[in-house]
Amino acid sequence: MSNWKTFTKGLIKENPILVLLLGCCPTLATTTSAINGMSMGLATTFVLIMSNLVISLLKNFIPDKVRIPCFIVVIASFVTVVQLVMQAYVPDIYETLGLFIPLIVVNCIVLGRAEAFASKNPVWPSILDGAGMGLGFTFALTVLGSIREILGSGSIFNYRFLADDAQTILIFVLAPGAFIALGYLIAIVNRLKKTK
Amino acid sequence: MAKKESTLKNMLIALMVITIVSGGVLGFIYGLTKPAIDQVEANKNKAAIEEVLKTDVAIAHIETQVIEDLTYNLAFGADNQFIGAAIKTYSKNGFGGRIDLMVGMLANGNINKVSVLSQAETPGLGANMVNEKFKGQFDGKNPADFKLKVKKDGGDVDAITAATISSRAFSEAVDLAVRGFEANKDQFMKGGNNE
Amino acid sequence: MNQLTISGSPHVHGELSVKKIMYSVIIALIPALLVAVYYFGWYALRLTIVSVAACVLTEWLIQKYLIKGPLTINDGSAALTGLLLAFNVPANLPIWMVIVGSVVSIGIAKMSFGGLGKNPFNPALVGRVFMLISFPVAMTTWPKAQPIFDAGFFADAVTGPTPLSLLKESGVGTLAKSGDMEFLDMVLGNRGGAFGEVCAIALLIGAIYLICKKIIDIWTPLSILLTVFIMTGICYLVDPTQYIAPWYHLVYGGLILGAFFMATDMVTSPMTTGGKIVFGIGIGAITVIIRLWGQYPEGVSFAILIMNAVVPLINKAFKPKRFGVVK
Repeated sequence: MSNWKTFTKGLIKENPILVLLLGCCPTLATTTSAINGMSMGLATTFVLIMSNLVISLLKNFIPDKVRIPCFIVVIASFVTVVQLVMQAYVPDIYETLGLFIPLIVVNCIVLGRAEAFASKNPVWPSILDGAGMGLGFTFALTVLGSIREILGSGSIFNYRFLADDAQTILIFVLAPGAFIALGYLIAIVNRLKKTK
Repeated sequence: MAKKESTLKNMLIALMVITIVSGGVLGFIYGLTKPAIDQVEANKNKAAIEEVLKTDVAIAHIETQVIEDLTYNLAFGADNQFIGAAIKTYSKNGFGGRIDLMVGMLANGNINKVSVLSQAETPGLGANMVNEKFKGQFDGKNPADFKLKVKKDGGDVDAITAATISSRAFSEAVDLAVRGFEANKDQFMKGGNNE
Repeated sequence: MNQLTISGSPHVHGELSVKKIMYSVIIALIPALLVAVYYFGWYALRLTIVSVAACVLTEWLIQKYLIKGPLTINDGSAALTGLLLAFNVPANLPIWMVIVGSVVSIGIAKMSFGGLGKNPFNPALVGRVFMLISFPVAMTTWPKAQPIFDAGFFADAVTGPTPLSLLKESGVGTLAKSGDMEFLDMVLGNRGGAFGEVCAIALLIGAIYLICKKIIDIWTPLSILLTVFIMTGICYLVDPTQYIAPWYHLVYGGLILGAFFMATDMVTSPMTTGGKIVFGIGIGAITVIIRLWGQYPEGVSFAILIMNAVVPLINKAFKPKRFGVVK
């Protein structure tokens, strides 16, 4: 597989959310607005790239039987780094995302890519794989966040386009709306893939 | 480099090296971000206090006291005169559980301003308590002639449409702060002079 | 016959057809609609028309352009969904919200699952709950009932509390004091509430018609009403100062409408008598729990939807015996 393909497959063809359905917990919980979705996506992307990089470097040093604990320690370290940095420099976003930043550790995509890709491939493709998957994740979260924000809050990227007291479809900023919106987003992607 | 065998020695070494390096890196990053995080926390607290105690008089310093389960942030002016207290109060009777408020009480017993620290009310209903339209009605009111109860319960507070329970909890939290302030007011005034 | 057609329930047998069933239920709802128009005037009529039209149109658009399958809007099921949806909302709800609710009912709750006979949840109730969560203020601001001879056909709505929301917010004491919560008014429909649910008598007339025509049977509604009566009765006996008498619970809120017209929906309820009784007890119990101790004043729609979800399990537990097979 060429490097270019390694990078682009995560964007649409093997998009972690829309096709692989990995990491749905943060997807459903944090996409109440486009900005929240995007920040969550970017934080995860950083962790993905860094953990893929380190694990691919260490793949021969780590014995098979303890690979999962080793991967988790590496991932958890990068997540903590992200958490500390966000807390220090973007406290507002850190507060909204709250618990879901530390929960990146248990996001299936991160461990999944470490196990399925980085532990078997050289460094450079691993970085590209992490970046592609991360950006695909970010893309899906931003789209989902935008849909929910437009319908549920009448705004997009915090820019309100409706009158202040206009009634919006509140269910979309609540949990059930996340499921409905994600379901239809996946349906649309499947439909598009079928007609291609 | 060949793949390491899964022998006990190799496994121990691998785990140990990885955890030690991770620990070291985290310690380093923690040290790097600690000042910034502390700064953020301090600013946030200070901003919340200053917001509810915003008057013509500038705040020179702030003292914090905890009496029973309320936190009183006492603000003093330049000449050590007591400006008021930003009281961290709460109610457990919100529609979605606990509500935390910061109530600014002035020395003359008036409510200056109320801000919402955290709440988990229903969006579109109780969550509208963060809007000026609802919480603004408390500004500048004196609890002596503004009964801190929703109108339905015989008070003076206009409840949020279709969110009586949230409005009731909000009023209850403010009332708790007001009563706490009245009970300890004399001591607060003295507290400033002792310094 | 060279081809075996397999389709979802309700299966056609005898002289009953899907179409006949649907139109009978619609006929059965007409008395309640008339009472609603009497109390809420133009608003009730307008909402009903919009809701029915939006449901039928949504189904037609989806069948024609998305599924590209046969058109079945004539069977009346979409119109019935629209009618039930309208019955479950306040009469003064803005029109566009009803349209959103109709699109959700048909588009999400029915057609996404493959259309009539394949939907696990009652479409009208899904639409109603969707609106309740999305537009909490509009969906809980109820107009007061005002007879059209007093107020006029186009009278502006005056809002007032429903008996159940009053009960939730202020407790039994207030309710007993305010004289306008008389039992007779409750039964006749002279009270605040969703406009199709207010008149117990009109709904019961429709229900008896359906039972006589054997379109619904009595087991589900009976077990719902009995469960609610017994559970609230026990609470009332234990502490009459805190809980209201059980007969009020039967006529308050949407219990009658839900029990006879929503819970009996053939697609989303169990097939056997035993299953129907279990189904009904579940709905009754969940309704009482939500009404007495939950956040919402009314719980019938949530109760029915929750029990809809376990219908496959109930059907499995209450399988009819296979004919001719000895165990």
